[in-house]
Amino acid sequence: MPTYVRTDKCKGCMECVKICPSDIMHIDATQGRAYNIEPAMCWECYACVKSCPEAAIEVRGYADFAPLGHSVQPTRTTDKIEWKIRMRNGDLKEFTFPIRTTPWGSIRAPQESPEPPADMAASELLSFEPDYLAVESLPTLPRKTETA
Amino acid sequence: MTDINYQTPETHTVDCDILIVGGGFAGCGAAFEARYWGRDLKIVVAEKAAIERSGAVAQGLSAINCYMGMRWNENQPEDFVRYVRNDLMGLSREDLVYDVARHVDSTVHLFEEWGLPIFTDPQTGKYVREGRWQIMIHGESYKPIIAEATRKSASEVHERIMVTHLLKDSKDPNRVAGAVGFNVRDGSFYVFRAKAVIVSAAGASHIYRPRSAGEGSGRTWYPPWASGSAYALLIQMGAEMTQMENRLVVTRFKDGYGPVGAWFLMLKAIATNASGDSYESSRLPELRERVGKYADAKPMPTCLRNHLMLQEILAGRGPILLHTERVLDTPEKEAVGWEDFLNMTIGQAVTWASQGIEPKTTPSELILSEPYVMGSHAVCAGAWTSGPGDVAPEEYRWGYNRMTTVQGLFGAGDTVGGSAHKFSSGSYSEGRLAAKAAVAFLRDHPEPPHVADVDVEALRTKIYAPVRRFAELGPTITAGTVHPDLLYPDQGLNRLEKIMDEYGGGVSANYSTSRNLLERGMGHLAALRTDLEHLGARDLHQLQRSWELDHRVWTADAVLRHTLFREETRWPGYYYRADFPHVDDDRWKCFVNSVYNPTTGEWRLFTRPYRPLF
Repeated sequence: MPTYVRTDKCKGCMECVKICPSDIMHIDATQGRAYNIEPAMCWECYACVKSCPEAAIEVRGYADFAPLGHSVQPTRTTDKIEWKIRMRNGDLKEFTFPIRTTPWGSIRAPQESPEPPADMAASELLSFEPDYLAVESLPTLPRKTETA
Repeated sequence: MTDINYQTPETHTVDCDILIVGGGFAGCGAAFEARYWGRDLKIVVAEKAAIERSGAVAQGLSAINCYMGMRWNENQPEDFVRYVRNDLMGLSREDLVYDVARHVDSTVHLFEEWGLPIFTDPQTGKYVREGRWQIMIHGESYKPIIAEATRKSASEVHERIMVTHLLKDSKDPNRVAGAVGFNVRDGSFYVFRAKAVIVSAAGASHIYRPRSAGEGSGRTWYPPWASGSAYALLIQMGAEMTQMENRLVVTRFKDGYGPVGAWFLMLKAIATNASGDSYESSRLPELRERVGKYADAKPMPTCLRNHLMLQEILAGRGPILLHTERVLDTPEKEAVGWEDFLNMTIGQAVTWASQGIEPKTTPSELILSEPYVMGSHAVCAGAWTSGPGDVAPEEYRWGYNRMTTVQGLFGAGDTVGGSAHKFSSGSYSEGRLAAKAAVAFLRDHPEPPHVADVDVEALRTKIYAPVRRFAELGPTITAGTVHPDLLYPDQGLNRLEKIMDEYGGGVSANYSTSRNLLERGMGHLAALRTDLEHLGARDLHQLQRSWELDHRVWTADAVLRHTLFREETRWPGYYYRADFPHVDDDRWKCFVNSVYNPTTGEWRLFTRPYRPLF
């Protein structure tokens, strides 16, 4: 659902401009604040909403099928996301879900592992296989003989 | 007015060993694997947005839809091949499907180690199954987690680069030499010279007119930024394509397009017609008449379930209702239901909130979406690629795994045809497979690519033409968007969607088309193609949209030609050839392939045999 930006909160920091997958969050030249330049190409993915350090970006459901008077707003931290949902009749729902089990930045790069033996390059095994398959060996099949 | 220096844009030349075009799941898998096998290589990712939130998983996911569970003996790769064979009405590249299936578990285990929260049963220690192939995740940060591994693997990640064309080697026209594009932020021109290229770009939304209108047209099922680069880049290189007629229609919650998988498979919700009656079994006799033995395939193929729903709606017994109110009987299940949407289709939560739908008490409408062109869900459009060395039949193997018919040009994810049901984990795995093979190709072909300056200059002139045109012609009218000599990209997109909707089997035609309709549609598309020479872009954003439109038109062209060539209705519920309404195994249990000749501009369509793996 298309995003909009609160004038009193946006500081023009560009975080939403940097992250938007659809290239539709831009800075308005006169105000120096962000806005959605092309709502019809907005997937309501919330990437900009989650990235905004000022919580200045919200979403109003698409005008062609969503009546006014609702809100779905997240707060994302390093390990969880909290959602507040206000239904049209005023009912409030709150949910919290984990997002990651390890510290950000902790992934081991592939080049930190020892180089594979040269003969592995010709095998069907991918990196860290067969260990990470958690079975003895990579499955294969006898090649079927061509039949007419 | 434009602020771009379109006459002499700054040029960046990036020389690399492997260029990865598109930093979605397949591209991220490629970067990781390329680095593992090629410690000394320069591995470059070119991405249209920012990899933390790009591609089809930008929003997150609530399930991993492809996991075998071999370690618990839950499924073997052969089981998955049988499932995909059924679901695709017999037609998939089973060597590619098998290859993804046998590797996908190692990918998922890496994701878990990296920090992706996967639902685990505390009693058994096993992942919680949503369905036979699906496992549940708290996947809000699925893409940022995967992107972290990519940043640590790639030599360089170039973001906000719209790759518009691949480059041919000037000494070997059937070898790739890199790619060109432009930076959407500063307008600079990018030339990537690469020894091998892996295209892991997106399939396509907005080929067909969406059901929603105006603002709501962003609410497509596949993301609006998926512009068919996976196909357009390859077609223009002369790569052989397959199954481009095999487009996807999905059953979804109406308007918000929330997914139905968790509701059907895990929460065991049922769908009925408006009277509360189940309708699938009563329609089986007519289905058997249409598709024969495939009507009794278990589980019922995705397209056939669509077909039965469509027939029920056309008979006036809609709307079809998903009975969420019968299954949300505990707070835990309510949270699972909402999380399913909040992690991957937040717009559905907004739809519930705005329309006042309380799922604990009220059922929700289901609908069939507009068609999409892609290769990683329950369809498999894409490039014809070489299969894995140990299992691929001879006819499906000409060298390196996942290499297209163009030397040094590899595919992964939506790019690879015949390789259905990959989803996120399988696309990542396919990126890994393509990258390992690309490293092997490099070892055998270490010579640098030959890129002719004249080719690069011609493309540079072409790429910036829409901004140049706007600067020249824009001021000839007072204001506004109605111009006799300029077509703006959103206007061209509206035309494309209307052509495809009305002539190519979109929602307004109930997915039906015929030879006469297709031929007329191809005429309109040819006229649109000439109008692309009048595209005007007032800024860099519109320049990006211009080239996205170009890629979509190439994709649509292939869809119409393939649909015309296959004289049967192989996948009712995805589309209908009304003039050939039945499944015809005698003539058409084979692949429809095509090759575009970039020199003559001619397309050649032909069939390739289907070879079962077992």
